[in-house]
Amino acid sequence: MAKTIIPVGPYHPLQEEPEFFKLLVEGEKVVDVEIELGYNHRGIEKIAESKSYDQVIFLVERVCGICSTSHPIASVNALEDLGDIKVPERALYIRSIIGELERLHSHLLWLGLAGHFIGYNTVWMWAWRYREPVLDIFEKITGNRQHYAMMKVGGVRRDIESDDIPEIWKMADGLLPVLDMFRGAVMDDPVIHARLKGVGILTKEDVFAYGAVGPTARASGIAIDVRKDDPYAAYPLVDWQVITQEEGDVFAKAVVRILEMYESVKIIKGCLDKLKVVGGEIDAKVKEIPPGEGIGRHEAPRGEVFHYVRSDGSNRPVRYKIRAPSYMNVPTNQKSVVGGTVSDATITLAAVDPCYCCTERVSVVDKKTGKKRLTGQDLIKLSQEKTFRLRSRGLE
Amino acid sequence: MAEEILARIKDKFSTRILKVFEKSPHRIYIDFDSKDIPKVANFIFREMRGRLSTVTGIDTRRNIELLYHFSFDSSGTIVSLRTLIDRDNPEIESVTPVIKGAEWIEREIHELLGVDFINHPNLKRLLLFEDWPEGKYPLRRE
Repeated sequence: MAKTIIPVGPYHPLQEEPEFFKLLVEGEKVVDVEIELGYNHRGIEKIAESKSYDQVIFLVERVCGICSTSHPIASVNALEDLGDIKVPERALYIRSIIGELERLHSHLLWLGLAGHFIGYNTVWMWAWRYREPVLDIFEKITGNRQHYAMMKVGGVRRDIESDDIPEIWKMADGLLPVLDMFRGAVMDDPVIHARLKGVGILTKEDVFAYGAVGPTARASGIAIDVRKDDPYAAYPLVDWQVITQEEGDVFAKAVVRILEMYESVKIIKGCLDKLKVVGGEIDAKVKEIPPGEGIGRHEAPRGEVFHYVRSDGSNRPVRYKIRAPSYMNVPTNQKSVVGGTVSDATITLAAVDPCYCCTERVSVVDKKTGKKRLTGQDLIKLSQEKTFRLRSRGLE
Repeated sequence: MAEEILARIKDKFSTRILKVFEKSPHRIYIDFDSKDIPKVANFIFREMRGRLSTVTGIDTRRNIELLYHFSFDSSGTIVSLRTLIDRDNPEIESVTPVIKGAEWIEREIHELLGVDFINHPNLKRLLLFEDWPEGKYPLRRE
């Protein structure tokens, strides 16, 4: 059978990082995938060398548009490791609250898009509707819906006022019935089972070989989570659990993310309780960063963020290395997509949450004639039609 | 736990270790000659189940410095293998044949710092556009 190349990407307004997937297909079956990136390479590591440490935190906040506080948290962890800096307890709780609010809105965003890709547009509308109250809380306590600018070396930039605590609590509580609904919608729907179970499987060995992190690893039964493994902020001070699933398929990845949101709510409530009783400073007032090197990590919604920083004692880093979780997770598609069908490729590529796999500019080109073309909309349609087929068959 | 990890590496490569620096209880830096890196990386990855978080490349003006950051998740420890390679002729054996997850970061260091990773299966550009001139390395300090 003639092999066909399906280029997926590189640009789409939904993505925070453009990527370009070349799917090599035989009929419906994906036989190889090649990944190209660099479309969004802004040289942030190089720019960081020309910024003061205070500015670096704002700079790395711009690495990612969805999980914008992940890099600042990793960055302050790295600089505090470098300078052996102690952070006031109150600031630790505020850091964890911001980190978990972000996980909530990021996972809800993923859930909505995953729903859209498999033809559940109601899930899409609802997930994004329930994401709004989280962003409203962000606006209320930080002034911004994204790019909160809350982190600084030695503490946080803004306090959470005790007047705001009841409202944050109410929002977190209000999410629980929503999560129950989504959990039911995913776990009890036979069509979703048929669509996602056994699709895009990543084995434990694959996770280990590729160094995959976050929900991508946890859905394959590997219980790694920086919040538990290398504790920082208030994560060791409140009660919560690492969520894992054994199967490694797209279904397991969805379940991990949904169950993780319950844990995020738990962490937020635990931290809010502590904020009521723990007072004091929110900033250690760090004057300078000594010479040396430091490593900081944070469990972002997509997995471990890794920052390495080296200082020569001046007010700027001599080297600033950043590694985002998608850097490790995206190559796993070479395992999970290959062997599957084209109609499953969209949701499998999306399952690592790579900031949405470039579906706008998808086109199918026949290798021999170079003529036949499918648009990104067509590929989503293929995926949605498969769900509709399954759904009608199930109802008969 | 961090002590056990260090003890095991020391036990295996006692004669090859150039320097050990314990920055903090969970951050260990161990210096090796560049020839020993593949062996040590292989041992840490296969025998000790260390996860390669990433590799940092630095142009120190005298050398190119590479740091292989291995994460031991059960104890939250990061062991960074440090090696210095010649700035004028920077080459080192690739660890990608053993650790699949190193493929991208070695390609990135290759294009940004000009390091040649010997026996890398696919040493082409990762981030830079194709019309970027050959032999210009953005992270070099010229």
